[in-house]
Amino acid sequence: MESIDIARAQLLSPTGLVDEDLNRALSTILGGAVDAADLYFQSQVREAWSLDDGIVKDASYSRQRGVGVRAISGEKTGFAYSDDIEMSALLDSARAARTIAKVSNSIVMPSQHIQTGHQLYLQDSPFTVLDEHQKMDLLRQADEIARQADPRVKQVVVSLVGMHEVILIARSDGLLAADVRPLVRFNISVIAEQNGRREQGSMGGGGRFDYNQFIQENSIETFAKEAVRQALVNLEAKDAPAGKMTVVLGPGWPGVLLHEAVGHGLEGDFNRKETSAFSGRIGERVASAGVTVVDDGTLKNRRGSLNLDDEGTPTQCTTLIEDGVLRGYMQDRLNAQLSGTVSTGNGRRESYAHLPMPRMTNTYMLAGEHAPEDIIASVEHGFYAVNFGGGQVDITSGKFVFSASEAYMIENGKITYPVKGATLIGDGPDVLTRVSMIGNDLQLDSGIGTCGKEGQSVPVGVGQPTLKVDGITVGGTQA
Amino acid sequence: MSKQESTVNINTSSKDMDIEQIVSDAIRYAKNKGADHIEVSARNDKGYSVSSRLGDIETLEHHNQRALGVTVYRGKAKGSADSNDMRSSAIEDIIDAALSMASFTAEDESAGLADAELMATNYPELELDRPWQLEPDQALKIAMQCEDIARDDERIVNSEGASVSTIRSESIYANSHDFLGHYASTRHSISCSVVAADEKGMQRDYWYSVARDAQALDAVDSIGLKARERTLRRLNARSLSTREVPVLFEPNIARSIFGHFFSAINGAALYRDASFLPDSLGQNIFPDWLSISEDPYIKTALASSPFDAEGVRTQARDIVSNGVLEGYILSSYSARKLGMTTTGNSGGVHNIRLPESQYTQDDLIKQMGSGVLLTELIGNGVNPVTGDYSRGAAGFWVENGEIQYPVQEITIAGNLKEMFQRIAAVGNDIDTCGGIHCGSMLMDQMTIAGSVD
Repeated sequence: MESIDIARAQLLSPTGLVDEDLNRALSTILGGAVDAADLYFQSQVREAWSLDDGIVKDASYSRQRGVGVRAISGEKTGFAYSDDIEMSALLDSARAARTIAKVSNSIVMPSQHIQTGHQLYLQDSPFTVLDEHQKMDLLRQADEIARQADPRVKQVVVSLVGMHEVILIARSDGLLAADVRPLVRFNISVIAEQNGRREQGSMGGGGRFDYNQFIQENSIETFAKEAVRQALVNLEAKDAPAGKMTVVLGPGWPGVLLHEAVGHGLEGDFNRKETSAFSGRIGERVASAGVTVVDDGTLKNRRGSLNLDDEGTPTQCTTLIEDGVLRGYMQDRLNAQLSGTVSTGNGRRESYAHLPMPRMTNTYMLAGEHAPEDIIASVEHGFYAVNFGGGQVDITSGKFVFSASEAYMIENGKITYPVKGATLIGDGPDVLTRVSMIGNDLQLDSGIGTCGKEGQSVPVGVGQPTLKVDGITVGGTQA
Repeated sequence: MSKQESTVNINTSSKDMDIEQIVSDAIRYAKNKGADHIEVSARNDKGYSVSSRLGDIETLEHHNQRALGVTVYRGKAKGSADSNDMRSSAIEDIIDAALSMASFTAEDESAGLADAELMATNYPELELDRPWQLEPDQALKIAMQCEDIARDDERIVNSEGASVSTIRSESIYANSHDFLGHYASTRHSISCSVVAADEKGMQRDYWYSVARDAQALDAVDSIGLKARERTLRRLNARSLSTREVPVLFEPNIARSIFGHFFSAINGAALYRDASFLPDSLGQNIFPDWLSISEDPYIKTALASSPFDAEGVRTQARDIVSNGVLEGYILSSYSARKLGMTTTGNSGGVHNIRLPESQYTQDDLIKQMGSGVLLTELIGNGVNPVTGDYSRGAAGFWVENGEIQYPVQEITIAGNLKEMFQRIAAVGNDIDTCGGIHCGSMLMDQMTIAGSVD
């Protein structure tokens, strides 16, 4: 079935709305100073199960639906939304949104055309493929594997979350587009104890696929053993160093570096407003030769992927940095238009009750030529970080942080001992110019990233090969 | 299930729906369907926010968000569900879903509603509902005025804008102990963020004010002025070399250090052995001079609440007396897990106060001598299990009690357990824009890492 038909059936039909009603709502907004308007219908069902203390304790189910109405006049945006999807509420929201600009008269809508997106993921609910007993079994299995892996494991918390979402976008330029989006996530965190010292480890994964994939890929066992391994490593960790040093970052999730150091700074809104440390720098060198960074929303089944974005633009693979040179920004429609360019399919929003803005999808660096072991061997004294929590950036000053949760010291080309987690801090426009070796081992993360911007959260992905960076400040306690 | 059987009669209009009726109907429906106990919470937030940028309106967002959540118990097994759809059929669907989940979750001895005798059967009027009679065009004028003041310096080259927001929330909580609590509260804010530049690059900072009563908001001009000054003073910032020195946290970030303390003494972390302060009741956590109290009943305060998220009567109490921990932060569930009684903190702490102080921030800067005045923290490098702390920071280098120059691209690190003991003084510059009312805080030593060799 086409996404558009599913969306009409789920979002419009229950209250008897048809495409013409959407045109009617849009045409009440248009006219006068309003350049563009859109309607964003969304329905979302979500379930979550969690195990704690050896039993499945909590389970929750959530249903959300609503419609957001946006009116744009130059740089101005009017916005209103309703959790009732029916005509009078839609018209109320339309009237509220258009107060942003003076409206002289209604105009006729251009004829409708349907925009289809990619087909990157399944349409069916990702969580009804297993029955409740099977879900409980997955949680218990993770708990048992973790506890049996090592007697020092004291606490295990496991969660399984599934989400199924249908969206429909109607734009004043006549575009009508829909998407049906699955999203699942499995997570396990453990606490291990030894001689009175306790440390944690956690691992998870997910994406736009169904629960069956966790079973087919034996992910539960992999995640559980990995969480235990991390906790046990941390039990041996010594105090982290403080100061500027050579840092080697492992492949995959450490790509959160790219998300913070360059990703946010290359979002179209900050660059249109010229508040980013990267503003006006297209064509300049911002990274070492060999560094190529892309934002790719078209990867099959990935957590950050979308068939089309929340403004109806199909996603694409956008080159941000090519061989060290800044090539492009990520755009939504509003910022693209004001910057004289086109959307790159990065217009995303947390829900119908939030305004879209330029956001990342899956952001990663392409592989280089070095074997990871050669990169380690090249370091005389350094910090090797393989797992991270999150990060944050001040896009105006360019200063960014990301926090290691599993790290080791490197001495004379060898990994010596584990050290405690520490925050790494650097300067976005500078840090990638310090990349001196790029591994041949590109990995994407396991599907756990959530990005926050202006209070809105969206799922994203990151990735990179093993990287050597000559000089990042490591924020440990050992001065 | 037939949706028509229900006796529920819900007004589906988005205007003036009877939220108490919806909640009572939900409880009756769940009990009829076999729930032994049920609790329902519902919320309706209405308002708008308007922002200006570079002297013109940028966005006007109208908010009207509803949410209803239920938790049902079959014996000691539990299931939860929520929806923003207030039609009776939708509410019945989510109750059915919660009941179905409760037939799969395990019996848990500690699960259940809070005890009936703890319900907040009567509570004082806290004056939390102070609507602001303000039209969006008036709000826009305020935002524009604030931004104009903030931009009134040639070094302010750009702006992220100013915004004015006003929200009124109706909150209701009811459960099958026949408890029903219902109150409205308002929250108004003005904020502004601008960008300054010099040959060394750009800097951004902001200021804001938030209150339940618009009369209590800081003057518009003072917010704009503070946003301007905070931004300008960051220009030409540099990093530091790595060192161990005292640090002084400004009030808006000092609060976060106490936030980590409240997370560590939260029952949910304690019963899982996931806290760096296990078995800490009666222990000396802070220096002798430091006491911490909680008061849910301060009129018009942001974290005042007559009952917690389980309907439990909140209480004014001392959490820390002369450095010694007197009580944990408990919900009924975590309390039962620990063999204790809930402290009325399901959903968090209410208005936290620190000892009164005669020291201004300047006094504390002088007392610090040489060290870093911290004005911003970024990232989340805090390990709740070990207390290991490492975050990015920006602020000012201080020498001989005088501010020397702005610093950035540094980290501060330590262990929270030791950091709590190293709090040397707090200031009288109390910031009440949050649940933790806190002034500047001097800590006698932390490790600073920076990029200067």
